[in-house]
Amino acid sequence: MAIIDIEPQEEIRQRMMNDLKRALKKPMNKRHWVMVIDLGKCVGCHACTTACVAENHLPPGIVYRPVMEKEIGRYPNVRKTFLPRPCMQCDNPPCIKVCPASATWKRPDGIVEIDYDKCIGCRYCINACPYSARTFDKGFYYCDDTPFVPDYEKLPSFEYGKEWPRKNRDDSPVGNARKCTFCLHRVEKGILPACVTTCLGDATYFGDSNDPDSLVSALLGSPRLMRLKEEFGTHPSTFYLV
Amino acid sequence: MKKQIASLIWLIAIIGFVIGCYGIYQRFAFGHRLTDYGSYIPWGLWVATYIYFIGLSAGSFLLSTLVYVVKIEKLEKIGKLSLFTAFGCLIAALISIWLDLGHEFRVYRVILHPNFKSMMSWMGILYSSYFVVILFELWFAMRVDLIKTASIGTGLIAAVCRFLALGSSDTSDKSRARDSRVLKVLGSIGVPLAIAFHGGVGMLFAVVGARTYWHSGLTPIVFLVGALASGGALLTAIVYVWGPDRNRPQFEDMMRFLGKIVLSLVLLDLLFEISEYFVGMYAGIPDEAIPIKAVLFGHYWYVFWVVHVLFGVIVPVWIFTRNAVSRPVGKTSPGAIAFAALLVAVTFMALRLNIVIPAQINPEIEGLQYAFMGPGLNYTYLPTVSEWLVTIWIASFGLLLFLIGYNVLPIVNKDDKEVA
Ligand code: SF4
Ligand code: SF4
Repeated sequence: MAIIDIEPQEEIRQRMMNDLKRALKKPMNKRHWVMVIDLGKCVGCHACTTACVAENHLPPGIVYRPVMEKEIGRYPNVRKTFLPRPCMQCDNPPCIKVCPASATWKRPDGIVEIDYDKCIGCRYCINACPYSARTFDKGFYYCDDTPFVPDYEKLPSFEYGKEWPRKNRDDSPVGNARKCTFCLHRVEKGILPACVTTCLGDATYFGDSNDPDSLVSALLGSPRLMRLKEEFGTHPSTFYLV
Repeated sequence: MKKQIASLIWLIAIIGFVIGCYGIYQRFAFGHRLTDYGSYIPWGLWVATYIYFIGLSAGSFLLSTLVYVVKIEKLEKIGKLSLFTAFGCLIAALISIWLDLGHEFRVYRVILHPNFKSMMSWMGILYSSYFVVILFELWFAMRVDLIKTASIGTGLIAAVCRFLALGSSDTSDKSRARDSRVLKVLGSIGVPLAIAFHGGVGMLFAVVGARTYWHSGLTPIVFLVGALASGGALLTAIVYVWGPDRNRPQFEDMMRFLGKIVLSLVLLDLLFEISEYFVGMYAGIPDEAIPIKAVLFGHYWYVFWVVHVLFGVIVPVWIFTRNAVSRPVGKTSPGAIAFAALLVAVTFMALRLNIVIPAQINPEIEGLQYAFMGPGLNYTYLPTVSEWLVTIWIASFGLLLFLIGYNVLPIVNKDDKEVA
């Protein structure tokens, strides 16, 4: 089994960065961001999870990209499998339909956005997402219950290209539903999402599926391609190679 | 006896209100950090409290339409009482869901920027309409009595009544006939409205395809039947303590009639429940079977078997059958009927909890609970003291609202009020 289905032309991160540059030259509605995760290459190091927490300054209880682990087989034929799960950025997202405050929507480039200033924190979307991709920010600090909450806990996150400081616990994004943004704030500056940059096994790919020359477009032609819970009709923009 | 019960309830409401204030303080001082719901089980006790009270409200409202629309004579005098009960429960329900929001002061967005595809937006619209209908209905139902009370008395109560009469002073037969017509129209609007909003609450859960336990065409119907059963039961208990004609022979007749209604509704609700559980368990498909197994044999099995089945079904059904059906008139005890009804009304909370929580205990992706740790990232839920205190406060607040309203407003006519 070929672990990667494409002939490497150049260092893959470099190639994906070039893909990004091309995509960003187009108008927003002409590009469609997708993520492809090669489960055969994922080593379960959780580097992506951690990079995401660091990049987005995620507080306790908020996680955008956990990696599930599973043991399969019987001794001595035992293996571990890993399943990273970002937001699927569904093309038919049940989380949007249910939002009573019109606080979440699908952007023309495929990203499902939440406006933290509009979200009322009803958590209906969290229940509606079949992938548990949304989490609820209750306003914890890592240093709660210690004598001192250091300033770095109050640094802003830059989701959706805005600044969301965490100075006081009444302001958004505290009290909101939060989820993976495909690191839109980085992508729009031509930088790959933190999980892609950091992936130890080179297992995560990112790019514009509308561009036939992009790396992800090549991977989307793989017979190993599948999506999670297709039966829900959510049409995820996150694909897996199995 | 009834006077003592009423005093006891005053006492309970005041104590609950005072203790509950601490929960309210915690809710505003610490936000949601003292609660046990989180990201994987996002809806907890306060959502259950909300559907509990909104069910009570819809149920007692629908019974009031028996008076104003169907004109059932036996119940004529409890029309206002049922409307006012519906009003109190609606307020309690709305406070509960309001406190459950992450950004409670943005609630206006549901009305100003609705998403017509969201059942929750529809709830906002339907509740507002329902609120207006109840207020209008209450006003027309009490108008003449408000004017009367205002004209006889001099104290604070008279002043309140004068204010609430909003300048109306016409007590002629003609105006009464108009009131009755208006009530019929409002009640008729109210019936589909109450069905829509409570069926709609059921829809709100039923449309969540990701939660198989809720995702059933039966869910909205179960909500409606549950509303009628619990709301009817609450009203029956209330009528016993505060209702009209308590010393007159027709009282027993009315209690028997209400008892029969509640009995049939409890049994119908049970039938739906059995159907849901059997169908869900039979195929054993985990998504649906795991929540049901948790309800029946899980950690909190006693919530279902003891609180719901024993005290919410078996005991009340036995009491109702003896007192409202099998024993002849004159030999029945309205007190027993009221007690059974109270059991149904109170234990219904168990059913509501068993709708909201179990649907969420099943990880949507295998192993999610072990992938990343943090507050709110688990699949177990037990309401915290803080959550209970808020719920106690809400229930006590609703109760106090009812008690004060009952004593100030002409909800039951003075000459019908006398108590043994
Ligand atoms: S994975 Fe969940 S949160 Fe993300 S778009 Fe799909 S339904 Fe919405
Ligand atoms: S939690 Fe926020 S984004 Fe989610 S449904 Fe409620 S208002 Fe919309």
